[in-house]
Amino acid sequence: MKKCAFLLTVFFVFPAPAHAMHIMEGFLPVGWSVFWTLAAAPFVWLGFGAVSRLFAEKPGYKMLLAVCGAYIFVLSALKMPSVTGSSSHPTGVGLGAVLFGPAVMVVLSGIVLLFQAILLAHGGISTLGANVISMGVAGPLLAYGAYRLGVRAGLSRTMAVFAAAFTGSLATYIATSLQLALAFPMETGGIAASFARFAGIFALTQAPLAVCEGILTVIIFNVLLNYNREEVQLLLRTGKEAA
Amino acid sequence: MQKRTYLLLAFIAVLILAAPLLLLPGGEFEGSDDLAGEEALAIRPDYQPWLDNILALPDSAESLLFALQAAVGSGFIGFYLGRVITRKQMTAEKA
Repeated sequence: MKKCAFLLTVFFVFPAPAHAMHIMEGFLPVGWSVFWTLAAAPFVWLGFGAVSRLFAEKPGYKMLLAVCGAYIFVLSALKMPSVTGSSSHPTGVGLGAVLFGPAVMVVLSGIVLLFQAILLAHGGISTLGANVISMGVAGPLLAYGAYRLGVRAGLSRTMAVFAAAFTGSLATYIATSLQLALAFPMETGGIAASFARFAGIFALTQAPLAVCEGILTVIIFNVLLNYNREEVQLLLRTGKEAA
Repeated sequence: MQKRTYLLLAFIAVLILAAPLLLLPGGEFEGSDDLAGEEALAIRPDYQPWLDNILALPDSAESLLFALQAAVGSGFIGFYLGRVITRKQMTAEKA
């Protein structure tokens, strides 16, 4: 197990300047920027509600929640090369979605997106709403769904966590592709043709990286489970009751 | 999972990341968001991005911030793992 912790650290100490994913500043027409910002607002509100409820009911979990946030922080700073010849970065939303459910992930993803939009010229304020919807809502929601489905289908927990992280990573980019397709439909073929082109960029680049993210998430999840079994299992159990 | 499984998984992950670099030497590995931006402009050549990033730091400063982001995140995860691992060891010794 100690070796695993070491491997994890090795993974985390290779930061590279990233410039990938998220819709760039100004790259959504004004109307769509407003639309996605308004669409994201209620989710952000729900997210803050979920976080404050968590802090009130289970104050002991603050550290573990921060670990999930830190995980997103690390992964979204890592630019990874893909077999498509382009590069992108993982999202890290699967871990938190499995442990805490999708609602709190809006807040964690939002913090990272805001940080990157303001300081790193990565994503943007005008596209923040759209990016919160893709990385804070669509990704975590589908990740959580994949985990629950996996568990119900009788998959081992490891496989279910892998499925969650893989799905969360890929779904984030598919949502991004859809948002861009809606804003930039092709003259012939419309939104569908445009979606195929954006998905061809985002989803194809992301697919191998999503596998990596799945593996990494499985490793850290099992390390957390091994060293903090009571807390993690309690979380997973409450998740089951809620579902 | 077995220790060997972890190592194997980590190896596969490294392989997936190394393969593109080995298979496509001289590849540019442009960010997919930049590519999507170009694609959007290809679909609508008249589109004008109507807002620029508030802060456009030089590349070196930007990579500092990215490194900082990864360092803060991994530092905290390391701190947490150290805490729970030590706690588990101490409880085991007491028992």
